[in-house]
Amino acid sequence: MVAYFSEIYNGLISLFIGMGITFKEFFKPTVTVSYPYETLTMCERYRGHIELIENEDGNPNCIVCGLCQRACPSGCISLAGEKPEGEKKKVLTKYILDFTRCSLCGSCVESCNFNAIEYSKEYNLASTRKEDFIFDLLARLEDRNK
Amino acid sequence: MSSPIQLQPDETFILNVGPQHPATHGVLRVKMEMNGEYIVDAETVIGYIHRMHEKMGEVKTYPQYLMNLSRMDYLGAMGYSHGHVLVVEKAAGIEVPERAEYIRAIMVELNRVASHLFWFGAFVMDLGGFSPLMYALQDREYILDMMEAVTGSRLTYCYFRFGGLYNDIDDDFISAARRFIPRMRKSLKKYHKLVTGNIIFHKRLEGIAPLTKEMCRKYGASSAVARGSGINFDVRKNEPYSVYPEFDFDVPVYHECDSLARYNVRMEEMEQSLRIIEQGLDKLPDGPIMPKKKPKLIKPPAGDYYQAVETARGSFGIRLVSDGTKTPYRLKLRSPTYSNMHLFDEACRGMMIMDALAFMGSLDLVIPEIDR
Amino acid sequence: MSLTLLNVIVAVVIAIAFAAANAAYLVWAERRGAARIQRRPGPNINGPFGLLQPPLDGIKLMAKQLLIPGGADKVLFIAAPVLAMFPAIMSFVTIPFSDSIVAKNMNVGILMIFAFASMGGMSLLFAGWSSRNKYAMMSSVRAVSQAVAYEIPMLITTITVVMIAGSMDLMEIVHQQSASILHWNIFPLLGNSHNILMPFSFLIFFTCTLAETNRAPFDLGEAESELVAGFHTEYGSMGFGLFFMGEYANIVIGSCMTVILFLGGWSCPFGLFPGVWWFLLKLYLLIATFIWIRWTFPRTTIYGLLNLSWKILIPLSLFNLLFTAGLIKVF
Ligand code: SF4
Ligand code: SF4
Repeated sequence: MVAYFSEIYNGLISLFIGMGITFKEFFKPTVTVSYPYETLTMCERYRGHIELIENEDGNPNCIVCGLCQRACPSGCISLAGEKPEGEKKKVLTKYILDFTRCSLCGSCVESCNFNAIEYSKEYNLASTRKEDFIFDLLARLEDRNK
Repeated sequence: MSSPIQLQPDETFILNVGPQHPATHGVLRVKMEMNGEYIVDAETVIGYIHRMHEKMGEVKTYPQYLMNLSRMDYLGAMGYSHGHVLVVEKAAGIEVPERAEYIRAIMVELNRVASHLFWFGAFVMDLGGFSPLMYALQDREYILDMMEAVTGSRLTYCYFRFGGLYNDIDDDFISAARRFIPRMRKSLKKYHKLVTGNIIFHKRLEGIAPLTKEMCRKYGASSAVARGSGINFDVRKNEPYSVYPEFDFDVPVYHECDSLARYNVRMEEMEQSLRIIEQGLDKLPDGPIMPKKKPKLIKPPAGDYYQAVETARGSFGIRLVSDGTKTPYRLKLRSPTYSNMHLFDEACRGMMIMDALAFMGSLDLVIPEIDR
Repeated sequence: MSLTLLNVIVAVVIAIAFAAANAAYLVWAERRGAARIQRRPGPNINGPFGLLQPPLDGIKLMAKQLLIPGGADKVLFIAAPVLAMFPAIMSFVTIPFSDSIVAKNMNVGILMIFAFASMGGMSLLFAGWSSRNKYAMMSSVRAVSQAVAYEIPMLITTITVVMIAGSMDLMEIVHQQSASILHWNIFPLLGNSHNILMPFSFLIFFTCTLAETNRAPFDLGEAESELVAGFHTEYGSMGFGLFFMGEYANIVIGSCMTVILFLGGWSCPFGLFPGVWWFLLKLYLLIATFIWIRWTFPRTTIYGLLNLSWKILIPLSLFNLLFTAGLIKVF
């Protein structure tokens, strides 16, 4: 009999304690960010898709060594370069990133010894078409320079 | 309360729970043979999110496979990567600087807290209480922000490298982690008041789904499932690895065997993880985070290597068979929830569907991790 | 007051409008309240404070096709949501909001409201049975056993109040409590009875209201983490909308009853300025408590729920009934 009533009593008390907690939370300020209206800045090391880095002349740093291509676990990088007449270094002519397969692992950036690729801070990448995710990084670089 | 009823063979019906059902948290399917609200028999069907992680391990080179491990368990990715780097380091004989090991341990424990927080919220949501999930996510968000600033991503960190780390932690991280510990302790008190003490919550878990020690052994259960049934097994203590022997922490063990015991184990584990993080931050040595000598191409000598680690979901084992080439011959991933889940079939017989789904929540299943 | 046909029509239209407006804005209040509890802003984009959200949701629901699943019992499937709404609206007709605001006062008002309230369970049963869905079926069975179990303590507590008041007329019950807060049935220190157990009766009644209206923590019929959405799993469009409105209308009715039976209806706590505003204030405070409870507690189990009713609420309310009867005899 005592156990019966003490259980009811303790149960009721526990319910009121819980309600007290939610009551307190009710008056605290909200903590969320209402996304499309406010955005957070991405942190310094945020790993977005990759982007080419240019040198002072506006040309990509890349020397077409192909290390990134080989490092990529998903085979999303395809690049090509050619050696113009009389030059020592190769010049990048094509750098395609297939973002549909990229796992944002960062192996490519780490494998590059020439400071030629970096992570972008872009994350608004929704689209209904697959082709939108095949990035031509050279074209993007030119766009940025314009 | 859950005694199976004598019934005619044709009085049951089949209920398909999943693969899209709010309680299975992913694409797990449970075929339940029901008698009214009572479960006569259940069969878990897996494989809806199978991604061939083991096979990928055989065709990718060692560094290329690094990122796969964080995709197995999206809530506690660090622990899995830890197992992988440890086994490859063991195989290839790579020395890890001490600082790197400490940072790894801190990260794994932070990730464990984050994972348990999510489990806590999702579990209470399974029981019908929605607000605790939001509170848990607030704390988890704090951890994720902290880890994002260091690793560059929030979920699939891919932070560990063979021999060390991808990049070093900074003072911001350390001070954020120090601020996090008291904050988390305060939140835990709140959770205990709001949820653990609640009579409805108690009634739903106490005495529900008893798992005997024998059953846990039979199915190879680990993590809170085993520790809630009185099996004192934690890889961090029993087969110490990394820098865990340096830390002073307890392994919570409960002998009640019910869902409440499993809940209590996880809640206490969070406290213990906080202790480890605290000690890790105090003891953190200076130094490099990558070894000076590191083979350019990782080609472990032929042999058979095994490493178990205690992840947020239990003991995760990774077996590496190398034939001396740059890809493994075989990479076996022993996923803890795979074993934990199979308990469900046997244990839920005779239970009511509400209790069975609460029980499933207490197993802390992450489906991509089961299917691999 | 002679009851003409016009009177009835006006009353019903007002009742429907009141129920619909309440349902719409209670959803808004619930979402905002829940969000505040969880430290989110809640719907705040459409209109000031998101106040346009309910009508827009309504338009969205109406614009959708009413799908009837194959193999469903068409008549029952369509009848069920209407039946969920209908009793609630009928009950509004007899509820006195103040001395003068009442569509049709009856001397057996309580009986009528309970009669209609028990029809609510039927609509859930119809919905579950006709949708030809296992989850819906299980949910409706639960809902019915729940309704049966909780009507008993609810009625017993009501009888206690009726005994104190000596009348089944809702107006009369309020009049007897109107002097001051100490005459209210929840703290009956003055007035007809001196029953110190009435606060418990109030708690029992309130719990039963929660259970009768299928609200958390007794929302076993919906139990989204087990039964997907319970009896309305197969409903879309306005079918779902009607269930939703019915649920909120029932909450309003339940709270109205609590206010009338225990909290002195439209009377003021200090005996000043009685009027409909007091009624509404009490009503919405109670509804806020409903919302607050829902977003705090986990759900009970079906046997926990039945145990609570048969082992705790019914014995306690029976005891209180006897106690009250004894008191009335003695004084
Ligand atoms: S981030 Fe990883 S997957 Fe993506 S392109 Fe670079 S190496 Fe390939
Ligand atoms: S590794 Fe660097 S330099 Fe070499 S191809 Fe890739 S981006 Fe160019």
